[in-house]
This record gives sequence, structure tokens and C-alpha cells, in this order.
Amino acid sequence: MTDAVSTATRPAASDMVRRLPEYLMIWVPLLLSAAHLISFSIWTIWISFTPSTLVPVTGWVGLRNYTSVLASRNWQIAFDNLLLFGSAFVLLSLITGLLLAILLDQRIRGENVLRSIFLYPLAVSFVVTGTVWSWLLNPGIGIEKLAHDLGWASFHFDWLVNRDMAIWTIVIAAIWQSSGFAMALFLAGLRSVDADIIKAAQIDGAGPIRTYWRVILPTLWPITITVVVIQLQFAISAFDLVRALTNGGPGIATQLPALVVYDLMFQRSQLGRGAAAAVLMLLILLAVLLPYAAWRYVQRRQATHA
Amino acid sequence: MRDRSFAPSRILIYLVVTLFAAAYLAPLVVVVLNSLRTNEEIAQGSMIGWPQHLAWSNYALAWSGFCVAETCAGIRPYMLNSALITIPATIFSTMLGAVAGYAVSLWRFRGDSWIYGIVTLGLFLPQQMRLLPWTFVLRDIGLINTLSGLVLIHTIQGLSFTVLFCRNYYVAIPHELIRAARIDGAGFFRIFWRIILPLSSPILIVTVIWQFTHIWNEFLYGVTFTTGQQQPVTAALIALSAAIADIPQHGVQSAAVIIAALPTLLIYLLGGRYFVRGLTAGAVK
Repeated sequence: MTDAVSTATRPAASDMVRRLPEYLMIWVPLLLSAAHLISFSIWTIWISFTPSTLVPVTGWVGLRNYTSVLASRNWQIAFDNLLLFGSAFVLLSLITGLLLAILLDQRIRGENVLRSIFLYPLAVSFVVTGTVWSWLLNPGIGIEKLAHDLGWASFHFDWLVNRDMAIWTIVIAAIWQSSGFAMALFLAGLRSVDADIIKAAQIDGAGPIRTYWRVILPTLWPITITVVVIQLQFAISAFDLVRALTNGGPGIATQLPALVVYDLMFQRSQLGRGAAAAVLMLLILLAVLLPYAAWRYVQRRQATHA
Repeated sequence: MRDRSFAPSRILIYLVVTLFAAAYLAPLVVVVLNSLRTNEEIAQGSMIGWPQHLAWSNYALAWSGFCVAETCAGIRPYMLNSALITIPATIFSTMLGAVAGYAVSLWRFRGDSWIYGIVTLGLFLPQQMRLLPWTFVLRDIGLINTLSGLVLIHTIQGLSFTVLFCRNYYVAIPHELIRAARIDGAGFFRIFWRIILPLSSPILIVTVIWQFTHIWNEFLYGVTFTTGQQQPVTAALIALSAAIADIPQHGVQSAAVIIAALPTLLIYLLGGRYFVRGLTAGAVK
């Protein structure tokens, strides 16, 4: 609609010059941003089809980089870990976040202070979180050592150095860091539930638990899906936290896709394979985001038609 | 359900909330306490304990004493690096984002929704898809292993967020306001300065806090594109843990962690409301 003003008369050449600063200011940042997103994606995809190792080279190897990444033990462990870490982390942080939001919604004293406590980890870097949890979970100096010093000699908590359990230390640290995010969104959702609906349920004789289960929680579905998608997006690209907490170890027990990409690109100088692993990460992400985008689209259409 | 009586159920609620709060605070408390214990004291016991006497010297050592990769200047040069990356990148990306957000929401031009749509895809594109291209670009323009290179990256990549934040905020400004100003002959910049900017402080605070926190805490680009003395503090912390893995100095390390986390924690304490608004604004994208 506002186009009418700018295209009413074809701008004369002098007008174009006069408005040059304006065009530059509008277009340069937007074009730089858009162009880097598109060209960098294409660039990385292209490299993934070339035999590049130390430096990018031209050439075409088809899907060979992909098959070799997919066949590598490193990637297979990383992918299995991602499935476990992604589902456990998302589920547990949803439950924690929802529980905290419901508790904070009970008109309790000190709500602001408590909310700040549950959210402050989000202001801290994953490097710091990972470092601190690597101390706490280290059996030699952390919680296990404390229990031993206090006289509980049989206490055992060595997940950090236990191949089978190490991935759970990342789950713990990730939940500590970002369940507050789920709480913040759920709390906003709870606060926007229509008070009349709640009152109606109470008049019908529903107790608090029944009211939550039957009336309030169902309204939180859209928020839940948003939280799940954002947390999954974090899980898929998780790098800093793992790097600081376990660095993929012990051995490669806590390898994740982002670490495989970094390892291939910058430690093994396998640019083609590293790019292929990055594209695989993007595909995993799209498997989450595209259904979400479709769902959002349907929701919006329903909202406009209603 | 929402009464204020002190029934047993209320006590249970307070009990559970307090336990959770303790669990969330525990890691911070542990690190703060450790930053005041001597390395020997920690080595004898565990990381979890009360300081016998306050070892403030940990902070002095962490700030300017201990050695990372053969340079013994503490964490100070890396804090400075982080500041020199974060502050300019935050300012640039916020300013450019505000102007672009205003352009796509209120000024409008041909192709605006297209380019806006592409720019916001940057919220989703993993960093790993951009690592190699950035490496080559930075090398070609001579900015590899420089702070300016990281400022450039964070400015361009930050635009995806800043444009989104500002655009979603400016959309609510009535178009009539802009149309009237244009009929009066006000141009693009005059409208921005006189009408848009004075209305913008809430969203600019949200954007600045968001950008500062994210850039300060960023690690992957820092560790990929810089080495040694050019690294931001997140990368230096990792280098520090690797460097002193043989002879642990957990007291000094704890102090270094506190110092590195302090800027974003302070911003969170001062602007928590805006911080949360940024979180939810980023979520409803």
C-alpha cells in the first residue's frame, strides 16, 4: 500500500542520486546478510561434492563424501548420541520448565527472585556452564569426592568418565542451562489463559489438579511445540557445551554432529567431508523445522479464517 | 487453586520451589566459593567446600598472572579482546538492524518482504554451514585472526536477529504517522531520527542486551578464526583448562570463570526484564 507513494512517479536520475544514501543504508546491510546466507549455503553444499581436503578444489565426487561420513563410526556415534541427547534433553527440560512455571503461577511470594534464579543460567556462556559442570561431575574433585569426604564411601557418581553414561552429563548441564527458557514461555502462556475458563471449571467442581490437566494445559500446546522446536535446534547444533564439558569423550562416547564437523574441517583437514557433515546437520535441522513451518502456516490460516 | 492460605499443599509448593532454586544456584555458589579457596585447599578436599580463609589472590592471578599457552598475562588480554569484539559488533548490528527493520516495516520498498524473509532464515542456518566460507572470505580480505574479522562476522550474522526484533516492534507503529510525515516532505532519515528513534528505546535495549550476551558468549567462531593472543575469553577459558590440566589450579580457574561470566551476568541483573523479552521475542519468530 505504501508503494503508491514511492512509485507514483518514476524517479528522475537526479532524484536517484539525492536518495542514494537512503538506498545504500537500506540495501547494503540487508543484501550483505541475505547474500551471505544464500551464497555461504551454496558454497558449503558445493564443497561437500568436491574432493577437497586441505584446501577447496574443484572436481566432483558425487555423494562419496556423504557416504564416507555416514559410514564413519564417528558420525554414527554422534547421530545416536544426538537422538538420545535431543530427546532426553527436550523432554526433561519441558517437564522441568512446565513444573517450574506451574509452581511460580501459584501466587507465591518472591516470584520475581525465583524467576531470576531459574533464568540466570541463560545469561552465562555454554563454555562456563560446561567448565563448571565438568568440575562438579568429575568423580575425583566433584560431588562424588564430597560424598566420600563426608563419609559415604560407597557413593558412586562417575558418569563423566563412564562411556555409557557420559552423554547424560551433557543432558544434565543442558537442562540446568536452558530449562528456564521453557519456564519463561510456559509462564507467559499460563498467565494468558482466560480467567473465565478457569472460573467456569471451578464452578463445575473441578479441583486444582483436574483444572490444570483438563483446562489449562491443553491451551499450552502451541507453546509446547515452539519450545520443543527451539530446544531441538539447540540440541542439533550443540557444540560449546560438549566441548567444555567432555570434549566428546571419554574416547568418542559423547561425540555430537557439530563436533564431527569441526573435527573434519579443522583438525583432519577433510574439507569435503566436513562440509558434507555440515549439510547433514542442516538436513537433520530441516527435518525438524519444515514440519514446524508447515504447522505454523496451517495455524495462521486457521486463525485468519476463523 | 490460587489462594494465599498456608495449607500443607502451599508448604509443599514452597519446599519444591526452594529445592529447585538451590539446585540452580548451587553451581554458581560452588564456583564463587572456590574462587576464594587456595588451590591446595581444593586439592586436599573437593570442589565443594567452604573457604578456610579468603584467598583473594586468586582473582589477581586470574586477572593478570597465570599462563595460557606461554603468555603469562592472565585473563585480562582476552577480556579486552572480547570487549573489543562485542561492543562494536553490538552497536553496529543494532544500528543497522534498527534502520533495516524500519525500512522493511514502515518505509516499505519493492522486494522488502522477500529480502526480510531471507534475512530471517539466518536464525535457523547452523553456524557449521558458514564456517568454511567465512574462513575463505576472512583470509581473502586479510581479516583472519583479527578482532575486526569477528566484529564483521557478528555484525552481519547479528542482523538476522536485530532486523527481526526491530521489524516486529516497528510494525505496531501506525502507518498513518509515516504517511503524514512523508506528505509533509520528510525523507527516510528524517522520519527515522524524528519519529522512529524516539519511540525505539525499549526495543533497542532488548536488542543490545541480546546481541551483547550472544556475542560475548560465542565460542565457535572465536576458536575457529583466532588463535593465541587474539582469542576471545570463551576460547581462552578452554585453552586455560587444557593448559593446566596437569597441575590443576581450580581456585584460580574458578576466579577466571567468574570474571569471564561477570559482564553478561551483570547485564542480566540490571536488565533482566529486557533479557527475558528478547528470549520470548526470539522464540515467536
